[in-house]
Amino acid sequence: MGLMDKHALIERNATLLLVGSLLVVTVGGIVEIAPLFYLDNTIEKVDGMRPYSPLELVGRNIYVREGCYLCHSQMIRPFRDEVERYGHYSLAAESMYDHPFQWGSKRTGPDLARVGDRYSNAWHVQHLDDPRSVVPESIMPSYAFLKDTPIEIKDFSTHLIANRRVGVPYSDDMIANANADLMAQADPNADTSALEARYPKAKVGDFDGNPQQVTEMDALVAYLQMLGTLVDFKTYDEAAGYR
Amino acid sequence: MRFGTEIVLLGLFAFAALVAAGFGADEPFRQHMWVLFFVLAGFTAILLRNTDFKPVAAIDPSAYMDGPIRYGAIATVFWGVVGMLVGVIIALQLAYPDLDIQPWFNFGRLRPLHTSGVVFAFGGNALLCTSMYVVQRTCRARLFGGNLGWFVFWGYQLFIVMAATGYLLGITESREYAEPEWYVDLWLTIVWVAYLILFLGTILKRKEPHIYVANWFYLSFIVTIAMLHVVNNLSMPASFLGSKSYSAFSGVQDALTQWWYGHNAVGFFLTAGFLGMMYYFVPKQVNRPVYSYRLSIIHFWALIFLYIWAGPHHLHYTALPDWAQTLGMVFSVMLWMPSWGGMINGLMTLSGAWDKIRTDPIVRMMVAAIAFYGMSTFEGPMMSIKAVNSLSHYTDWTVGHVHSGALGWVGLISFGAIYYMVPKLWNRQRLYSLRLVTWHFWLATLGIVVYAAVMWVSGIMQGLMWREYDEQGFLVYSFAETVAAMHPYYVMRAAGGAMYLAGALIMAWNVTMTILGYQREEQPLPGSKPAFQPAE
Repeated sequence: MGLMDKHALIERNATLLLVGSLLVVTVGGIVEIAPLFYLDNTIEKVDGMRPYSPLELVGRNIYVREGCYLCHSQMIRPFRDEVERYGHYSLAAESMYDHPFQWGSKRTGPDLARVGDRYSNAWHVQHLDDPRSVVPESIMPSYAFLKDTPIEIKDFSTHLIANRRVGVPYSDDMIANANADLMAQADPNADTSALEARYPKAKVGDFDGNPQQVTEMDALVAYLQMLGTLVDFKTYDEAAGYR
Repeated sequence: MRFGTEIVLLGLFAFAALVAAGFGADEPFRQHMWVLFFVLAGFTAILLRNTDFKPVAAIDPSAYMDGPIRYGAIATVFWGVVGMLVGVIIALQLAYPDLDIQPWFNFGRLRPLHTSGVVFAFGGNALLCTSMYVVQRTCRARLFGGNLGWFVFWGYQLFIVMAATGYLLGITESREYAEPEWYVDLWLTIVWVAYLILFLGTILKRKEPHIYVANWFYLSFIVTIAMLHVVNNLSMPASFLGSKSYSAFSGVQDALTQWWYGHNAVGFFLTAGFLGMMYYFVPKQVNRPVYSYRLSIIHFWALIFLYIWAGPHHLHYTALPDWAQTLGMVFSVMLWMPSWGGMINGLMTLSGAWDKIRTDPIVRMMVAAIAFYGMSTFEGPMMSIKAVNSLSHYTDWTVGHVHSGALGWVGLISFGAIYYMVPKLWNRQRLYSLRLVTWHFWLATLGIVVYAAVMWVSGIMQGLMWREYDEQGFLVYSFAETVAAMHPYYVMRAAGGAMYLAGALIMAWNVTMTILGYQREEQPLPGSKPAFQPAE
């Protein structure tokens, strides 16, 4: 009786077929994904990474909501042209607090992993308002409505708590001040010293050109302006990061 | 009372949705709950109007349960047209960005509507209805679980409506092909477990000792999608009355989990399930047995084992560790073999009946589907090679590859199955028109060829432009210049998609007329009757 004849057993027993195929399809995932959670060299040791400030997180949620990731990657590959065009190749550590990741799969528009500090706030606002007024070749949709949409979130601390539950190190202090920090970061008159202590390198001030109101435009621009700015590559030890 | 329990439950859920619409933590969630409320309340009203108090007629337990299959066939055609129409619209938005209408109809919100519309609404309904059709006939048993088949069908439609309206409202997890938020995911989990019970239960009560090969593929598709869906969508809601949740994983782990899911949405949803379709409908329409029983065993186990490993090829040269990338590449290349095993088994089923490609447009459609399957399962492993991927990744080449598989393989084999099933489900002698099937075939095939060829050119061109250096060592093109260079190709791609959509509209007309009981008076297709040879 050959191996093929033994297969008749599985063909006559639905439970065996179900269990057999379930076992066969689990192997690949266990071997490939599970080690990423415990192998030390999966994520490089870097200085400077911190959780998103509340305003940046709101901006990131808008980025997700509008499907920006469908046309913009946030993952610079280690090729000469990409590094020249966009900056240092992306490190795993740089998305360690990203729930979910935003690496993207398509570049209809350019990579945004290091777009922070490259353009002025005013450029971003005008570009989001009317993309072809600053880049004539652009095929990006307009997001003018963000300027007119105030951020009205009753209690943003629940979002920080949810992030803490999945592993982002938000401190009690950060959670307690979530709502105040959210508004203060885009308020040019606010005292932001405590905010900047909690979230080093956070960009503060009015982003959307309208100091009276904190809008979704403020949040999105605050997020874009911090992308790729946390790790200082002048002090990053390249060799230690090799995997 | 007919529908008694259903009316009470639907009414209760409608009320719950109304409460959630009032107390929701964020505006999109409240809007979404209003949508849910109106859908459920509408259904309650429809059931109330159709109820009566006569004793329910006894059901013949030996008869097949074809009601959900009939609805499923109609839903397949309907969602197919909708999903493809949205595809043509977003293709035009890329060519003419003024067609974006903010905020609800911007490209970023419409693209998940297109992908989910064709993959889950069109493809999912095709799988749902064909699997219920095939499992009953190959097991000679009625669907298990009384009205469970109806629950699966309507539950799945509710999932589609909630997912689709959620995208337009901006409710998304941003996981490609798994965008719906946590509460819609939970609902799909319930429906999917019910589907597994329905399918497995029917197999368990079969009167045929042997489980037919098509059912192996359907069963592995159902159980694997359950696993992938649950793991990939693990997330922490910010509020139980809010739309936003945060993925359980972050960064590199999240990326690989997502593409482990994403690639196997292709491998199991769009391949294994549709191979099940091939293993039943091709032999039936051709009237020949499956070519090789042994090949089907080898190719089944090899395919489901290897597919799961292929996910990392979506993350070549990213921050994913190299060992995982290489593993993904190696298994993707190996995957070529079982894929072609399946293609050979499907094509060679025509042994001794090759003339039917000429005489039967439905067979022609199925054979073209298998040919496109072979083409895209060669292209896929090739693109998973890291050196090739360094050029193709992030470009339209990937988009073209997906569409040659989706339009060519998934689309055409589903159309073939629909054309086969519809006359039988409604007891019609034949389709309304076979000549319209021929029209559909040629429009679809030409549409795919235009689409895929255009995306090859634009994808490879864009990849080359990004990396082009001049003699002094400067980058030649700015990013904006490469975008401008895409314009003519985006226009042509939209034209290819529109041809494919036109074919689907012809099918919708043909299927509608068949269901209504019409038969078009037309000349029989050449070759459908043997021509007499004059005696010499």
